[in-house]
Order: sequence, then C-alpha cells, then structure tokens
Amino acid sequence: MASAFAQVTAVTALNLRTVPSRLGPSMVIVIGIAGVVGVLVALLAMAEGFRATLSSTGRADRVLVLRGGANDELSSVIYRSQVPTIEQAPGIRKDADGKPIAAAEVFMLTSLPRRGATDPTNVVVRGTQPNVLAVRPEVRIVEGRMFNSGMREIIAGRGAAAEFEGLTIGGSVAVRGDGWKVVGIFESGGNVHESEIWTDAEAIMSAANRGAPTSVIAQLESESQLQPFKDFLTKDPSMTVDVLSEPKYYASRSKMLSNLINGLGYFVAVVMAIGALFGALNTMYAAVSTRSVEIATLRALGFGAAPVVVSIMLEAIVLALAGGILGALIAFVLFNGYTISTLNGQTFSQVAFDFRVTPALLVQGIVWAAVIGLFGGLFPALRAARMPVAEALRAG
Amino acid sequence: MAETLIALDRISKHYVRGKEKIEVLHELSLNIEQGDFLALMGPSGSGKTTLLNLIGGLDQPSAGTITVSGQRIDTLSGGRLAQWRARNVGFVFQFYNLLPVLTAAQNVELPLLLTHLSKSERARRVQIALTVVGLEDRAKHKPSELSGGQAQRVAIARALVADPTLLVCDEPTGDLDRKTADEVLGLLQTLNREHGKTLIMVTHDPRAAEYAGHQLHMDKGRLIEAGAQA
Repeated sequence: MASAFAQVTAVTALNLRTVPSRLGPSMVIVIGIAGVVGVLVALLAMAEGFRATLSSTGRADRVLVLRGGANDELSSVIYRSQVPTIEQAPGIRKDADGKPIAAAEVFMLTSLPRRGATDPTNVVVRGTQPNVLAVRPEVRIVEGRMFNSGMREIIAGRGAAAEFEGLTIGGSVAVRGDGWKVVGIFESGGNVHESEIWTDAEAIMSAANRGAPTSVIAQLESESQLQPFKDFLTKDPSMTVDVLSEPKYYASRSKMLSNLINGLGYFVAVVMAIGALFGALNTMYAAVSTRSVEIATLRALGFGAAPVVVSIMLEAIVLALAGGILGALIAFVLFNGYTISTLNGQTFSQVAFDFRVTPALLVQGIVWAAVIGLFGGLFPALRAARMPVAEALRAG
Repeated sequence: MAETLIALDRISKHYVRGKEKIEVLHELSLNIEQGDFLALMGPSGSGKTTLLNLIGGLDQPSAGTITVSGQRIDTLSGGRLAQWRARNVGFVFQFYNLLPVLTAAQNVELPLLLTHLSKSERARRVQIALTVVGLEDRAKHKPSELSGGQAQRVAIARALVADPTLLVCDEPTGDLDRKTADEVLGLLQTLNREHGKTLIMVTHDPRAAEYAGHQLHMDKGRLIEAGAQA
C-alpha cells in the first residue's frame, strides 16, 4: 500500500481542485480570517510602534537623575544646589572645554489645540540648556534655529509640529498664558522627544514660577560608568536621587499603554477569531456534506480515514493561510508607517508614533490564521472520517 | 470443480433506529466460486445491497463470518478493511461515482495511487484499462463531457485497473437506457468470461441478470431461490 503521506497528498490535491467550484463558501473562510488577522496585526502594530518609539528614546550611556522615589520626570524635583554635585559626579563625559556634558531640565505640560480642533491637549514642554544638542547628539534642527537663552523662544519636535496648531516657524503659542515664538523644528530619530516642545529652562521656570528643575540628564563616558556614577550619587546622604539609564526609563514609560493596546488587540482578535472559526466550521461542514459521496467513494476505493481527516484539515488550513496572508498584507499596506498620536497615560502627554508592522507580527497573524484553520477543519474532518462508507454511498 | 472464493456463514445484519432494531439480513450462508458472475435480485429492501456491501468490505456483519480467498474479513479493523478493499475489490456504482474535477484517466488512476507503482507504470495501466472498455480516446475528458454509458465504462475501467480479485457492481445499468445497458453488461460479461474476473452484481432488471452465470433472489433478508444460466 502507498504511504499515508502519498494518500494525504492525493486526497488533498483532489480537495483543493474542487475549491473553485465552491468559491463562494471558501471565500467565507478566506475573508473572515483576513479580517481577524488584519485587525490583530494592525492593533499589535500600534502597540509595537508605541513601544518602539519610547524604547528607541535614549542611549545606554546616558543617564537620567530624578528625585528619589519619583516615578517620572513630572513628579520629580532636583534642587538647584544638587545640580553641581550631579554634574561633577565621576563618569560624566566632558566637552572640549572640560565642561560636563549634562543638562538640568524642567519637564512640564501645557495645553495646545490639535490642528483642525479646538479642544486643547497636553503637550510636553521641556525646558533645557543651550548645550542640549551635545547631551542629545541625535537631535538636529531641521528648520529654523535653536532657541536663545533667556528668550521666550521654543523649538518643536517634528511630530508635535505636525500635530498641533501654531507650531510652525514664526508661529506663536501660549505656554503658561504668554506668547512663545516658534523659532525651530527638530528631529530626534523618531523617538519620543519629537512629540515635545523645547525651550530654555530658565525662561520657562521663570514663566511658570518654578524654582527648581525636575531632572538632570547626563552623558557618561561609557555605559560601564553607570554603576560608579550611580553609586557616587546614591551613597551621598544629601542627594536622595534615583539614577536610571535612559532606555530603562523610557521602556518603563511605554509599558502601561503598550500593554493596554496589546490587551485590546488580543481581546478583539479573540472575539473575531471565534466568529471566523464558526464561519470556517460552517464552510467545512458544508464542504464535507457536499462531497460526502466523493469522500465515501475514495474510501470505498481504499483510501484510509486518517488521510481523509488530514486532507480536509489541510484544505481548511490552506484557505485560512490564504486569508491570513491577505489580512497581514492589508494591515502592512494600510498601516505600516502610519503616524498617529495618543495620550500616554503615564506622562499625561501626547506621543506621536508610527504603526510598526514587523515581520514578527506578520508571522504571528499567519500563525493565528493557521490555528483557526486547524480547528475549523478538525471537526468536519472527523465527521467525514466517521461517516459510514456504505451509508454515505447510498445517500448519493 | 472451481475453488470457493467467498464463503458467508450464517451472516446477520441489523441496524438500530432509535429503540427499533431492523434486521436486514438473517443468518444467510452462501459460497461464491472463483470466476463466477452472480446476479443478486430482489425487491427494494430485500437486503441485496447490504449483502453486496458486506462482500465488498464496505460494511461489517452483526453476526456470522465472511471469508474471501481464505481470509476472514469480518474481523478486520476499518483501516485494514480499506487496505483489503484496495487490493481485492473493484466497485461499480449505479451513478458511476466519478470525481467530477478529474479527467477519465485521472479517475481511473485513483486506485493506483494506493500502490507503489511509478507514474509511468500507472499511466500505462490506465491506458490499458481504458482500452479494455473502449474509451482510450476519452482519456482527457471530464465526466461532464461523457455520456452515461461512457461514464459507466470509465467507472468499470477504474474498478479493474488495479487487477482486483472481485468486481462488485451495484445496479450498474440502473441509470442507463436499454442499448447502453446492454453494452455495459456485455463488457462485464467479457471481463468475466475472457479475463476471469469474479463478478457480483445487484440488479432489479431481469434482462440484466440474464448476463450473469448465476442468479440469487432475496426477500426480507433471506435467499429464497437460486438459478443458473448456461
């Protein structure tokens, strides 16, 4: 006797050849699963894009110093008296003039209307130092110029400029009630800073009646200097600060929202998958019923029950995979690189980010499709295998 | 004296429908010789198709034994029985049961897909089988492009392509006009007389039964009469 594999191949080939004559019902599986995979991949691509935007912010050899116990920049305060100690800590890189490459910054929120909308939305205003481009060399001014010290001038990240009203060169926006002039637009490699507006720290502290910065950002000589730098500051009883590497800090900022989007994505996908599964079951039961005489004839000729089961499941999986690939392709074409912004619940500010339809997400979507196909084909296949041959032949 | 090919001993078959037990065959015993052409006749519900299914290994008896070429087939598992059918039995059905998406040659090739024969050897045997039934020029036609008689001849080619010991035919001419039926029956008779195939045929049609070497009549699950032609 021929091997089970040869039988499976022969029966599967036969089944697939009958698909064109059952195109309508077969498309129920393909389109249903394309919808599931498309939605799943799109939602996960949103979470992935958000996570990637925040986790791409920062370098391992750059550190953020916050008040001890502060979860983020918003709730942190660094006293002015602490700043020189931080800047003189061991391990900080020096510039050509021997000055530490570090900046005391103020992290605040302001409200601006989105383009075409009237309701204001939170935007991060970062008061920083004139040497910020040395501290963050990935940032470059792409339009206009850098703000001047002590002036009410701002530069806007490219994402923020695209999102909010008034953030164009020469424009003016209200920060703490006063008009601040937009003098430049900057890029920072697509990271979270592109959703912020930057200005001089002293100018914004003065406008906001704040006496102290919220954090100090510092460039280390190397990643290995993190521990000595941290030890120096945390062992000083007068400091009470937390020291975090930038990637670690920003990864923690993305966790809540990316988990929420992921959870939503999986929930919606599971609900849709249940619908698609019933569609697949219905289609495959109908296919088995329509072909009951053909299946019985093959079994009368000597084809085994197991090859019939496997071949029907393979047919369902092939149709499901076609749907999965279609859905993944649609998600990729429609959403990959699509930019949106959303409120980061951990910073209460808008973050602009791109959907990222990664190869891993495409594979995940296609695996979902295969699993739906597997279960969609299993029970109809078992029915076909259990059908008494003589009875099925008579039914024809 | 010819050798006994099939021996049925006190065969019973019943089905259960709800609480009702329906007895289709009742302690039926029968020997069929190698090279025989047997016609099973009887009214609807007499059990002839059930008997044919038991002989062809499509169903199992509720009681009794079935021995074919010295092998008990009533005790085989479903998988073993499928293998036994593939090696020993060719089926011809009333409505041909050809797969509509396949050509005549591909339909005939189906039983050979269960063997280890090479593709070229399968093609050669398909060609021979189609030649035997006179349809070598219809090899690439699909069932929808064939007449009823041609389709049944393709089904006969499929039944004999793997050179089985036994051909079982369930109303093979039930869907054909008189002239075409005679051609098909003549072909079956040739397979019996010239190729030595053992044939068992269920039919309602007394004229069809005349082509057989023996006739058995059934009623209510029992054999009631036997006759033989010259």
